[in-house]
Amino acid sequence: MGYHFEFGWLLQYYPQIVKGVLITIELIAIGGVLGISLGIFCAWVRALGPSWLRPVVASYVELIRNTPFLIQLFFIFFGLPSLGLQLSELTAANIAMVVNLGAYSCEIIRAGIQATPKGQFEAGASLAMTPFETFRHVVLVPSLQRIWPALSSQVVIVMLGSSVVSQIAAEDLTFAANFIQSRTFRAFEAYMVSTVIYLALAILLRQVLAIIGGFIFPRRLAR
Amino acid sequence: MIEFTLWDILRNLLLATRWTIVLSLVSFVGGGAVGLILLFLRISKRRSLRAIAKYYVELFQGTPLLMQLFIAFFGLGLFGIDVPAWLAAGLALILWSAAFLTEIWRGCVEAIAKGQWEASASLGMGRLQQMRYVILPQALKIAVPPTVGFSVQVVKGTALTSIIGFVELSKAGTVVTNATFQPFTVYGLVALIYFALCWPLSKSSQILERKLNVAHRNH
Repeated sequence: MGYHFEFGWLLQYYPQIVKGVLITIELIAIGGVLGISLGIFCAWVRALGPSWLRPVVASYVELIRNTPFLIQLFFIFFGLPSLGLQLSELTAANIAMVVNLGAYSCEIIRAGIQATPKGQFEAGASLAMTPFETFRHVVLVPSLQRIWPALSSQVVIVMLGSSVVSQIAAEDLTFAANFIQSRTFRAFEAYMVSTVIYLALAILLRQVLAIIGGFIFPRRLAR
Repeated sequence: MIEFTLWDILRNLLLATRWTIVLSLVSFVGGGAVGLILLFLRISKRRSLRAIAKYYVELFQGTPLLMQLFIAFFGLGLFGIDVPAWLAAGLALILWSAAFLTEIWRGCVEAIAKGQWEASASLGMGRLQQMRYVILPQALKIAVPPTVGFSVQVVKGTALTSIIGFVELSKAGTVVTNATFQPFTVYGLVALIYFALCWPLSKSSQILERKLNVAHRNH
């Protein structure tokens, strides 16, 4: 067919690629930390929180889990300005990722909380802890430890899903690939290389999360 | 300027929803077929076959679906094949679903007690017979809830095909927005339609899971 694969020329675009990789990392770092925090809060509400707030959180979780990330992103970036809320591409991308991961991690963390033996809540209460104190000091960390592998997978999925933020012109790795493709028409090489980078990022992120897990949960889980 | 009523918007979106449904069905069924083949490789006795299936799953789960779509769309063109958006979309989604379904089903097969394999082997059954008559019927029961749950991911995954130009619900949303300048309403409606498609699937997956658990407890 006369098409020659060449990858060497990609070197001249390395500033774009590096910038894209850094933005993808930045997005998942911010999205991961805030998303899991939101997930912990929502899981607390659903498991132990005030009863009036529970249906609100439940609808939020159901709504996010049953709609595509792309549409959530478009709604935040294109839809919210008509309510007077104008956001930059990166802010919109970050908010979308936090909102998305928040809903998924809520369900995962809630499963961890529900697996906590009831005796631990009772033990906390018998030490005159308030339910919130029991949650904060007794229940939370072992719950997170129980579901850490599932949560890690979800963070990786959100990182891979972040490739769609290029569609609102947030300049992540996919954006860089699209840019290179539009300049050179060498689509295959551009997308192949960025796919490999994504794969490496996914493997790396999994390792990083395992290391973070080792720090947060130094002790083995009591059975 | 033409005025668009809410019904105009909704009607056009619903017309495009047909393609979201068709693409979801094709991807799910096709992905299931490829996934079943991969499942046999994944639990094969030969190490090389297991490795192939394992790396396939790693590759497709470790890279963005969007990139897979781009490569299917632009990459196949290099080999002189004229790739319409629907073909690239269907192909990428089938291969992507297959990876996830293989992994889900492998978990279900491995959940079957080892004694079942040994018992059927002691009856002189071959590998395929063991799978067909002993393992799969039991694994199927555990596999139904997560498989139904995954179908939600497939429906949501089809939204990405709008980016390579396949006209389904999301693409229609963009087109209608460009015509009406009402992104809030349009994307809100698009989200609601997706919700209407996905929520029953999520719910039935949950209900099936609960039923199955009850069945387990009564053992």
